[in-house]
Amino acid sequence: MSVPLQAGMESGVKPEVGEVTPAMEAKADDLISRYPVSKRSAVLPLLHLWQETFGYIGPRGVEWIAKKLTLQEIQVLELVTFYPWFRQKPYGKFHFRVCRTLPCALGGAGKTFATLQKLMNLKSDGHEGAMVSEDGRFSLEYSECLASCGTAPVILRNDEFHQAVDEKRATELVAGCK
Amino acid sequence: MNPWNHDVAKDEKDLIDVQVDGVWMQMPRGLNVVEVAHRSKKVIPHYCYHPKLSVVGNCRMCLFEMGTPKMGPDRKPVLAADGKPEIAWMPRPQIGCATGITPGMGIRTDSALVKDCRNGVMEFLLINHPLDCTICDQAGECKLQEFSVEYGTGESRFVEQKVRKPKNVDLGERIVLDDERCILCSRCIRFSSEVVKDDVLGFVNRGSHSTLTAYPGKRFDNAYSLNTVDLCPVGALTSKDFRFQMRVWFLKETKSLCTSCGTGCNITLGSREGKVHRLTPRENESVNSQWMCDFGRLNFHYLDSKDRLHRPLLRAAGEQFPGTWGDAIQRAAEGLKKVKPEELAVVASARLTNEELFVLARLLRELGVTRVDMVPHQGQADQFLRSGDANPNSRGVELLGLSSGGRKFGTWGAEIASGKIRGLLIFGGEDVVAAGIPVSALQSLDVLLFSGILSNQTSRLAHVVLPAAASAEKTGSMVNVHGRLQRMTRAVATPGEAREDWTMIRDLREACTGGNSLHSVEDVWKAMGSEVPQFAGLNWAKIGDLGVQIENDLGVSREKPLQA
Amino acid sequence: MGFSEHRLVFKHIDAPGYTRDIACYQKHGGYENLKKGLKMGGPAIREEVKKSQLRGRGGAGFPTGTKWSFIDPTKVTKPIYLICNADESEPGTFKDRQIIYKDPHQLIEGMILSCFANGVKLAYLYIRCEFTEGWKILETALGEAKAAGFLGKNICQSGYDLEIHVHRGAGAYICGEETGLIESLEGKRAYPRIKPPYFPAVLGLYMCPTIVNNVETLCNVKHIVEMGGEAYAKIGRPNNTGTRLLCVSGDVVKPGYYEFPCGAITLGQLIYNVCGGIRNGRRLKAVIPGGSSAKVLRAGEVFKIKEKDSQGNMVDREVKLEDLRMDFDSLAAAGSMAGSGGVIVMDDSRDMVECLANISTFYAHESCGQCTPCREGVLWLKKILSRIADGQGRDNDPGLLKDVADRIAGRTICAFGEAAAWPVQSFLGKFKEEFQLRIRRNGAAAKRDTVSLTH
Repeated sequence: MSVPLQAGMESGVKPEVGEVTPAMEAKADDLISRYPVSKRSAVLPLLHLWQETFGYIGPRGVEWIAKKLTLQEIQVLELVTFYPWFRQKPYGKFHFRVCRTLPCALGGAGKTFATLQKLMNLKSDGHEGAMVSEDGRFSLEYSECLASCGTAPVILRNDEFHQAVDEKRATELVAGCK
Repeated sequence: MNPWNHDVAKDEKDLIDVQVDGVWMQMPRGLNVVEVAHRSKKVIPHYCYHPKLSVVGNCRMCLFEMGTPKMGPDRKPVLAADGKPEIAWMPRPQIGCATGITPGMGIRTDSALVKDCRNGVMEFLLINHPLDCTICDQAGECKLQEFSVEYGTGESRFVEQKVRKPKNVDLGERIVLDDERCILCSRCIRFSSEVVKDDVLGFVNRGSHSTLTAYPGKRFDNAYSLNTVDLCPVGALTSKDFRFQMRVWFLKETKSLCTSCGTGCNITLGSREGKVHRLTPRENESVNSQWMCDFGRLNFHYLDSKDRLHRPLLRAAGEQFPGTWGDAIQRAAEGLKKVKPEELAVVASARLTNEELFVLARLLRELGVTRVDMVPHQGQADQFLRSGDANPNSRGVELLGLSSGGRKFGTWGAEIASGKIRGLLIFGGEDVVAAGIPVSALQSLDVLLFSGILSNQTSRLAHVVLPAAASAEKTGSMVNVHGRLQRMTRAVATPGEAREDWTMIRDLREACTGGNSLHSVEDVWKAMGSEVPQFAGLNWAKIGDLGVQIENDLGVSREKPLQA
Repeated sequence: MGFSEHRLVFKHIDAPGYTRDIACYQKHGGYENLKKGLKMGGPAIREEVKKSQLRGRGGAGFPTGTKWSFIDPTKVTKPIYLICNADESEPGTFKDRQIIYKDPHQLIEGMILSCFANGVKLAYLYIRCEFTEGWKILETALGEAKAAGFLGKNICQSGYDLEIHVHRGAGAYICGEETGLIESLEGKRAYPRIKPPYFPAVLGLYMCPTIVNNVETLCNVKHIVEMGGEAYAKIGRPNNTGTRLLCVSGDVVKPGYYEFPCGAITLGQLIYNVCGGIRNGRRLKAVIPGGSSAKVLRAGEVFKIKEKDSQGNMVDREVKLEDLRMDFDSLAAAGSMAGSGGVIVMDDSRDMVECLANISTFYAHESCGQCTPCREGVLWLKKILSRIADGQGRDNDPGLLKDVADRIAGRTICAFGEAAAWPVQSFLGKFKEEFQLRIRRNGAAAKRDTVSLTH
């Protein structure tokens, strides 16, 4: 497994495309206003906002947020790489997260994951993080416990939560990606 | 200077009873257990703790066994036969760095539990650590190495794949980072953030993959970055300048002073066989705490510059030829006799030591020369250690009556041109051409003497060039911009035939006036102590390794060089 | 035989016709207790919570009244904060999700009462981001509450002001640790703080006194205000009062969430009567009673538990696994814990090596990396277990695993060290022969028929 020259950034990722709209600025300012004591508390909400807008958090996102909150870029990068929800490169239009923790594993999460991987034609490259299809349509990764162990196995398809996702249901969910 | 000083108690006189390894003793309340152990000559090993940085308690190496007084039913401590509280020991170990002592606390630094804690942390630190000792600069002063002798095992039980991380990161202009060696103590991050106020370092990723880095594209280049190399307990952060140069156990360590500016940070010179390999800061809470700036730290390579003057030079037929010291001194004395005292000007450089300046002052008094001054040099002042005065001994020149802050010097160019000045003596290697005296003026002088360590455009015009000793090559004292008298000790010999200035001035004086009663630095001090009020009652020994405050620090950091 | 639940907190969960808007909540008496509490005053509410003997429902079981008593609103000069820990991430636990998704106003009312009781003017609801609808539901509900005058300035004309904001996490289990949560809320990496000196009651959010409470705990506060602390304390058993939300998952016929008075139901009754027993006709092999951090219990185990007999004497009683009461003290006496109430059931087809390897992978992934034993040791545990599961175990591995786990627990900054070490210690301790067998049978033969649970 290759080791990067310097830790922190995914190599070869293009900067985010698109502009920060006035609406986005306003939303950001509203989020910041919820933390009157310290602007820095708004960094997680702003990271969510940026990722939801641009799909991932690249150097532009880190720098915009650092500037907005009067932080150093490293203080933002530290968080992007600490919290698994944030990604530094674009994922698929349909991003699947399959819980792999014990109750879901007992419920057959492994089979669910294998089914999805096969349907999406994905190959692991040994790195942490999601596998992304060549055409950018699908991406797939494991997640830790999603707090619905009674209906294992559970997955997230983008922001949709799905329960009891066996191989049959997994196939349906992929087919339903339009 | 530092936001934290854990090695100093809030009130050193507020003493309480604590028991350390079975022995009751008195220690200042609130001091942390690592410091208490240190003061009672016990060692509690640690990595992340540092007396000048915030406490984070993440290495877990300083775990100790803690006990508190057993409380009776009356809610008072149960007393043992010796009148001291009986101690109830807690099963869960505590970290010493974050535990402030309270009355009756029991501390065990060498119980079976404590040993197992240390063995555990040691083993954990070594499982992913690369076996780099043979190529790692830190060897010989590495805390991991040191503690592994006592708390490690000869064999490793780890048979899995080690975590791999970037190994040769160009972190900054002067620093290389090896992330695999890093034990994530965060000292460097805390230093940058808390002491220098430059949040440039951080940890990315999570868990065992946590990695130290700067933001890609941003460099770890602040003026104090190399202090993190001192702080790093392992060889993760290394100085590009020192990397692979010399094994530290070969270095002879000499206590001295940095002479790159008026602050006079206390340093240790590391040398071997006559060559200086590195400077490191020496702790002095009254001057520089445990830090020094990168510029001063690296400013020693001039010692073996190719421009170094090794032999006396005499001018003849438009060129300079090497000569003997005897010839040089004789020629210099002859030159001085050619010119009247009121036609002489002397540059008493603020790079000279007090002792050298004292002997010079004697000579000038005996010759009747009054036109003397220093050359001001502007430094890069910052809010921390660097002074606006780049001269290391401006105050010394003042105290010895040889300075007008450069005011007089500023007039000499014109006075040479008008013929008022016919002879110029330059000490301290001052390049007066660069300081504003035209070449043509110097060429018109009857006698031009130059003493310095490097040849420059001024020295090349001199009639006599006397090769001098650099600060690493001489023993002497200086007064910093805050009024502190400090001493430095010679670490390496002068190259070639170069000599300390005070010996050449002494010889010059003997040749000129025949007088000499000063044979050693101690002799000089006896005389200085009686003539300079600020030095009264002092001698070489009394200055000590940490210096003496001889004047009130006016609180002015001497942003600009002195202007009388 | 019906083991009927005692639906107090879960009263409206899945109730036919119940919706999560404020109108429906108020139709069922919602926010009446807020009005009552406002009239009672803060100290009175705190007193009732103390009398109720309510214990925290997030996992630690620390008495809530005691936690609140560390802060005296009349003496504190800094602002006091309250944070609702809605970062439900303990494997096996899914109770807070139900409240957030189906009855959010109960949480909000309980939270407002708790804030009022402790002099809090600004509070945060830290919710895990994987609850992708949940945070929107909460924001909507907060908006409704504000519009109705139950939040914001001058709540119900009482003069009390309170703002509550939703704050989304970003996928780190360690944010469930109260000081890790506080660091995360301050916008930093979720590194738990050393205690001393950073006890939340003294140096919490923004270095001010802070209370962190679980969702279920805050809901219970509302019910305590409603019925009074004494009445609440009559539910359950002494020192284990009120109801508990239990989540059952794994190899049972009817996994799901249930609510019972503390200790009113035994583990056996829960598994066999309520959840329909082990599925697929199999038998019980192991059960984790309180979230993956809790020590595993083995089928057929018999515990020696100290109990008071009818004369008030302390006697040793032998208790079979099935007869263990599902309350804090009983489970602790059995060498495990009530924890977050996540009951994970494993049947006799399950490979304990695989199960433990799976759990270790979780902890290795979630370690924040701040302190040495956890950062290095927990990943080491995972690597050894994965190697054993892959058929390359060595004879000294069980001893090594135990050593490593023993050197993590009790030596770390926060309880995550214990959480990662206890599963290893307990699985190894109780299923030792299975590990040894697996190692002895190394190679292809060691891989069982079950799909690998490790990744």
